[in-house]
Formats: sequence, structure tokens, C-alpha cells
Amino acid sequence: MREVMTKSMARNIFYGGSLFFIIIFLGLSAHSHFYITGTSTDHAGITESVAAGKHVWEENACINCHTILGEGAYYAPEVANVMTRWGVLDDPDAAFETLKAWMESMPTGIEGRRQMPQFNLTDKEIRDLANFLIWTDNIDAQDWPPNDAG
Amino acid sequence: MKYESQKVALAYFAVALGLFAIQVLGGLLAGFVYVQPNFLSELLPFNIIRMLHTNSLIVWLLLGFFGAAYFLIPEESEREIHSTKLAYLQLAILVLGTLGVVVTYVFNLFEGNWLLGKEGREFIEQPKWVKVGIVVAALIFLYNVTMTVLKGKKTAITNILLLGLWGLALLFLFSFYNPSNLALDKQYWWYIVHLWVEGVWELIMASILAYLMLKLTGVDREVVEKWLYVIVAAALFSGILGTGHHYYWIGTPSYWQWIGSIFSSLEVIPFFAMMAFAFVMVWKGRRDHPNKAALLWSLGCATLAFFGAGVWGFLHTLHGVNFYTHGTQITAAHGHLAFFGAYVSLNLAIISYAMPILRGRDPYNQVLNMASFWLMSGGMAFMTFVLTFAGTVQTHLQRVNGDYFMDVQDQLALFYWMRFGSGVAVVLGALLFIYSVAVPRREVIASGETAEVPAE
Repeated sequence: MREVMTKSMARNIFYGGSLFFIIIFLGLSAHSHFYITGTSTDHAGITESVAAGKHVWEENACINCHTILGEGAYYAPEVANVMTRWGVLDDPDAAFETLKAWMESMPTGIEGRRQMPQFNLTDKEIRDLANFLIWTDNIDAQDWPPNDAG
Repeated sequence: MKYESQKVALAYFAVALGLFAIQVLGGLLAGFVYVQPNFLSELLPFNIIRMLHTNSLIVWLLLGFFGAAYFLIPEESEREIHSTKLAYLQLAILVLGTLGVVVTYVFNLFEGNWLLGKEGREFIEQPKWVKVGIVVAALIFLYNVTMTVLKGKKTAITNILLLGLWGLALLFLFSFYNPSNLALDKQYWWYIVHLWVEGVWELIMASILAYLMLKLTGVDREVVEKWLYVIVAAALFSGILGTGHHYYWIGTPSYWQWIGSIFSSLEVIPFFAMMAFAFVMVWKGRRDHPNKAALLWSLGCATLAFFGAGVWGFLHTLHGVNFYTHGTQITAAHGHLAFFGAYVSLNLAIISYAMPILRGRDPYNQVLNMASFWLMSGGMAFMTFVLTFAGTVQTHLQRVNGDYFMDVQDQLALFYWMRFGSGVAVVLGALLFIYSVAVPRREVIASGETAEVPAE
């Protein structure tokens, strides 16, 4: 390598090349941003309730047990398609009722089963969370996950 | 120790190692909850334990990087740190923030409060006031080291290190942007997570490794620095567009499947280059440096990073594979060996090198330190293997056959028991490491008569 490349050549390749890839990345990022807001998600459909539901999801650190679109902890099931799994994707009231029943029966306390804490959510918070999960389930994520099991 | 102000690194390393102990104990607890799920389930639920495990990892690695910078920058730029007072102030802010985080998480304080409550996006769960504290501390740090470098000698090592640290701080600013659109949230969240660990952190890693190789092997600086530029070029050329492997299934366009697959496959190259670099330098080097423990950790770091980040990353990075393995225990296997190999080992390498110098404890205890390397690395490798098997079984049952998540998990219990066992080895190794750099004043085994070549 001594004859092939000097240190200053290596340095220039590093700076020039990195700048090149950063510019391409930023361009694709901008395109992806507008693809998300315009095509793959229902950006206009982010109601106050959906936004509030996202905060419920965050404030209770749900992601440190569950995954959402495959990202998070691997201790508890995927939730991006949970509304499909429960068969309530098109029925917000049924989604709310199902989620409420689920949340209120936690923790099960069954020996040897993973335990979900009791978060003491209000009805409004549960409805917001259900709306957020319905909204998330409708994201066009290139047909991921492969099946309803998540 | 050539410069008095290098001493600040000692405080950084001490706090870092304390948090390292908390991190591995948190991990062990989480591993135990996996096999005994009722344990502590009401007092300290799994999600809180995991936040402590991941957050303390990130903070101690950062403290290690800061300490490493304060240790090596005076030697590289041949002058004292601009202000040691600022360096201690920075550490105090970070310690206060860390304590705040632990108390907030464990006692679930201020839930929902915009300033005081935890924010709950993975890895950046810290309350907003802590995030602001991190930014202030980072600004103090960057001001301090940049002033030092600007007034002193500029080398490729300090250039790359500073570039990495500046990038680290700037990218962290995305943690303040939390759009209501989950897909957008994820797109920019990866700006922090991916562009840290597969971007700017690699610059930090390569420059610290280059510094260690320079000191431990005595190879010519021109050679080391040329390698360094080639390695970091490979890291950024592949890593920036390699972000695409996180944009497969979050609502981003499908072209990321090809861009991500191609460029993230190339991410193996910088890790292979770092491993080749480390071994070639050791072979070429004429110096027989007495700190064998630091050398072991340096070579171990480059090797385990290649396997953990490179090979295990490639294992599930092609989009056709990732469609099935995404978010399974395969990811957990990769995450554990990649972080341990690349960043934990790197910090332990520089700590092994710096501690005896900082504490005036030459000769120092290497045998225990090297034993801790094998204990930790062996435990971590075993953990990676069992999680890979668990992930393979999980992928087939859940993603191919469509069995439900919990039914599948129940069938993986044996793997989780073995993971817990390997976790015990890692914890023992970590505690042994801390003991070996903190306590013994003498060698356990006297060195032979032969190696008496002076070294820096």
C-alpha cells in the first residue's frame, strides 16, 4: 500500500467520499420523508387521539417489552398488527373494548407466564392507544410482518 | 503519564466501570426474568429492567469515549487539556443526569410530564431535562477538546476522533424531534441509533484502536494513520447508506431494500479491515510492550467486532432474510456480540492500557485482567450462539409456520436458561475486570527473564 496510496490521498478519499454519500443519503431521506407523509401512511388521519395514543405508548415504555414494526424488545408480541390479529382493525369500538378488557385483566399472575403490568389507564387513554394501534396497522410496511402472528 | 490533565480520564473510567457493573447486573436480572417471569414482576417490571440495562450501557460507553479522549488527546496534541475544571463539570452533569434517569425509571416518577417524565422511545427514554443535560455536557466536552486540539499538534487520530465525537453530539439532537407519525419517528430515530453505532462511533473506535496500535506495537505513525483513513472511509461509505437496512419495513420506499442490502453487506469491510489492521500491526511491530492485557483486549475487540457487527450483522441484513428474522432473537444475538465486541471491548482495551499509567501502578495485574477477557468473551460468544439458535427456531415457528408469539417463546425456554448461564459468566468476568484494574498492586505471576525491551 506504501506506493499505491499516500496518507493525504487516503484522507482526501475519506472526506470527499463521505460527503458524496452523505448528500445521496440526505436526498433519499427527503424523498422517503415525503413518501411517508404522502403515500405509505395516512398522514392526514393522525387525529388528536392517534397522537395522544402514541404518547400513551411512549410514556408507559411499552417498547421495552413489545416490538412495533419489529423494533423494540423481544419479550412480548409484535403490536403493529395486533388489531388485525384481534380482527378488530375496521371497528374502533370493538378495538377499544378488546384492548380495555386485555389491559384490565393484567397482570394475570399465572405462574410461569410472562407478566404484563397493570398500567391503570383511563378509558380515554385506552381509546387513544387503540386508535394509535389501528393507525399503525394501516401503515404500508412492504407487507411485513409475514403473517398475523407478527 | 506525560501530562497532568490526563488524570481526568481516571474519574471518567471509574464512573464508567461502575455503570458497567450496573449494566451487566441489570442484564443478568433481565435474563433471569426470561426464565422466571414472575420474579419481581410487580415491583420492577421487565420493561424497566431493560431500560436500565440499555441506558446504562450507552452512558458508560459514552463516558468511556470521553475518558479515552481526555486521556489520548493531550498526548497526541502534545499539550494539557484546555480546562480540567470544565472536564469535571461535564462529568458531574452526566452523573447527575444518570442518577435522575435511574430514579425516574425505577420509581416511575412524573409519568407523562413533558419535562420530567421518561420519554419512552427505545434507547432515548431519558426525560427531556436529562437530554438537555447531555447536550450541555457534550457542548462543554467538544469545546474543551476542540480547543486543546486547535492549540496543539493535529494528527489523523485526533482529527478522526473529533469528527466522530462531533457527529455523535450533532446526531443526538434528533432525539428532540418526535413526530406523531410513527413511520417518520422511526426514520429519524435511526439517524441517532444507526448513524451512531454504524457511523460516527466507528470513527471513534478506529481512532482509539489506531492510538492503541501506535503505542502497543511501535509501528510507524504514517502507516497507522494511512490505515486509519482507509478504514474510516470504508466505514462511512458503507454505513451511511447502510442505514437502509433499517428502512425495509417501517413505511419507507421499497428501494431501500436494495440499497440497504448492498451497502450494509459492505459494512463487513471496515470491521474486517480493523481486524486485519490490528493483527498486521502486531506482527509488524517490533515493540514488546509489557501491557499484554491491553493488547489482548485490542485484538479481541477487533476480532469480536468483526464477528458480532460484521458477520452476525450480515447474517440477517439481506432484505429477503430480514423479512423473516426482523425483530426476533436473531437481532438480540447480533446486538449483544456487536456491542460487546466493538464498543465494550474497545473501552476495556483503552482502560486496560490507561489505568496502570493513570494510577502509577506499573507493573500491574494482567493475569486477572486477561482471565476476565476470556470469561467475558467466552460468555458473550456462548450467549450469541444460543440466542442465534433460539432466533432460528423462533423464525421458523413464528414467521414461517405462523405459530403465536407466546406459544413459540414457551418452546425456547432451554435456550433462555443457557443464555442466563452465559450471563453469569459475563457478570463474573466484568466484576473480575473491575477488581483487576482497581485493587491488586502486584502481579500474580512474575514475568519471565527474557522480555526486557523498553517501551513507551
